[in-house]
Amino acid sequence: MIVSLVDMKQGESGTIADLRGGHGFTMRIQSMGVYVGKRVKKVGSGFFRGPQTVLIDKYQIAIGYGMASKIFVEVDR
Amino acid sequence: MAINKILLIGNPNVGKSALFSRMTGAKVVISNYPGTTVEFCQGFMKLGDATPMIIDAPGTYTLSPTSKAEAVAVRMLDEGGVVINVVDATNLERNLNLTIELLKKDIPMVIALNMWDDTSHRGIEIDVGRLEETLGVPVVPTCALTGEGIKELVQKIPAAKKREKKLEVEGDGWQYVGRIVQEVQRLHHRHHTFLETLADLSIRPLTGFPIAMIILMASFFIVRFVAEGLIGYVFEPFFDYLWTPIVLRLSSFLGQGGVLHGILIGEMSGGKIDYSISFGILTTGLFVPFAMVLPYIISFYLVLGILEDFGYLPRLAVLMDNVMHKLGLHGYSIIPMILGLGCNVPGALATRLLEGRREKFIAATLMAVAVPCMAQIAMIVGLVGQRGGRYVVFIFAVLFIILISKGFLLNKILKGRSPEILLEIPPYRIPHIVAVIKKLRMRIYSFIKEAIPYVLLGILLVNILYSLKVISLLESLFSPILQNVWGLPREAIGALIIGFLRKDVAVGMLGPLNMTTKQLVIGSTVLAIYFPCIATFVVLVRELGLRDMFKSALLMMGTALVVGGILNFLLP
Repeated sequence: MIVSLVDMKQGESGTIADLRGGHGFTMRIQSMGVYVGKRVKKVGSGFFRGPQTVLIDKYQIAIGYGMASKIFVEVDR
Repeated sequence: MAINKILLIGNPNVGKSALFSRMTGAKVVISNYPGTTVEFCQGFMKLGDATPMIIDAPGTYTLSPTSKAEAVAVRMLDEGGVVINVVDATNLERNLNLTIELLKKDIPMVIALNMWDDTSHRGIEIDVGRLEETLGVPVVPTCALTGEGIKELVQKIPAAKKREKKLEVEGDGWQYVGRIVQEVQRLHHRHHTFLETLADLSIRPLTGFPIAMIILMASFFIVRFVAEGLIGYVFEPFFDYLWTPIVLRLSSFLGQGGVLHGILIGEMSGGKIDYSISFGILTTGLFVPFAMVLPYIISFYLVLGILEDFGYLPRLAVLMDNVMHKLGLHGYSIIPMILGLGCNVPGALATRLLEGRREKFIAATLMAVAVPCMAQIAMIVGLVGQRGGRYVVFIFAVLFIILISKGFLLNKILKGRSPEILLEIPPYRIPHIVAVIKKLRMRIYSFIKEAIPYVLLGILLVNILYSLKVISLLESLFSPILQNVWGLPREAIGALIIGFLRKDVAVGMLGPLNMTTKQLVIGSTVLAIYFPCIATFVVLVRELGLRDMFKSALLMMGTALVVGGILNFLLP
């Protein structure tokens, strides 16, 4: 099942399936290692549309809610 | 070929700066890249008979830049020289993406595989020889914090080379990197360590906010405990037992009076020296910076340095992101605020981390108005604290309310929105004691160098202005505001004038005025709000531009007028 990063539950893992944003957004997020085909795990999410934290390989990235809602993940369920 | 320029380039948070300070000598210059506000460090190193320049470029994830700092890194690269690509060995894949981009550029380079010591206990095994072979340039494992591998790295610099044959990247760059990583790296499964569990807990709001409260409260108590300890057991005894006899001898030598005596030693009461009210250069002028402020500077920067190196601040930024958005900022703006607590100058400098003009304006204004620096805090604790701790708490509560309400208003009034956060969060690391002490020493040194001359100048100026009757003139000019709006004695104008120079001396000047507790609270609060000190002002003009700084200054003075008036009206 493909859901956006904000709809993933804490502790869930998956594979990034799609980046639905403009060129600038895609370039920026890819350069930080968030690209289609990469494994991610959701670590946590802030209250009230706060930043979403994910684990990629061995590092964590905090992504603002708006950007995170443009990242779609095939979740292992 | 002689090497005359070495460029350190790599992702943010890979220990580039630590490597830089390991490789350079004492003479390091921090400069702005021409035409930008992006800062970088530049120094020299010994390499055989030559002393090439070494440059610490801003951290970048890619050579197709997405921010001003990244653009600078790319431009530096085009100016030539040998590249040391600093790679975080614990994040090989993401770091190698930049490495591949660099290799495509055909520049002589060496790779420093940094944070090598971290790989084994994080379950990462890297075949260095294989990596070197695949990439076609020298690879040296290093640990910048302990200095391991630095010598080998330096020895390899002359061997820096371009790839012999052109790099063939088939398909997507990431797939290519993925294949290399699969070949050279093996991951062993390990259980979560305690630090990793703590890292996760401190970013989830439910557990993160209580942890933040505990850490901030603990920091506060440690800062106060260490500072008061230093004052009580080191600095005050030093002044009482060693310095006072010397000053007293000098006083009798000068005939216990006269102009020079007034400037050097100041007022004495009954043949004794009261360091907080005498206002001579050798008495109050040394006592304020060394015995009242320096202890707090030492303890604050010690705790801040540990929190920084532990990796807590980015987590606080993520946690506070929502709240900060309500104030027209984003999570990362918590960093200038926290640095501002030490000294507003580095706080103002740190606003350059913020990209937008609106955000910068809000952050700088809020910091200058509502974040008192450690020097000022120390004086408020020392002076107002004598009347009772609750008055000190009251002043900080007022400043905090101003911070929140003013941010809220500015966010509503100013057009635009603050950008979203996108931030890599480094893992928690146990701080390396030598690195912490080195940083602390640098910060203390820069405090002494920057602050002491201004304090002495301030005290000299007070004496001159008083003897020239300039202050009495200003007293009558400003007494309507001071007396009617704020309920302060007219003599307090002296403190407001000196506040432009040094806030700590200014708070100290309220001491000898025999004010009521209410007046003291209003005076200290107004002094915190009305204007930044000259050093902060200069930096802010540079960062914000004259026009925005003018607006910001109007906001500060307006706030001081209103808040002082309200306090005078409401307090019993």
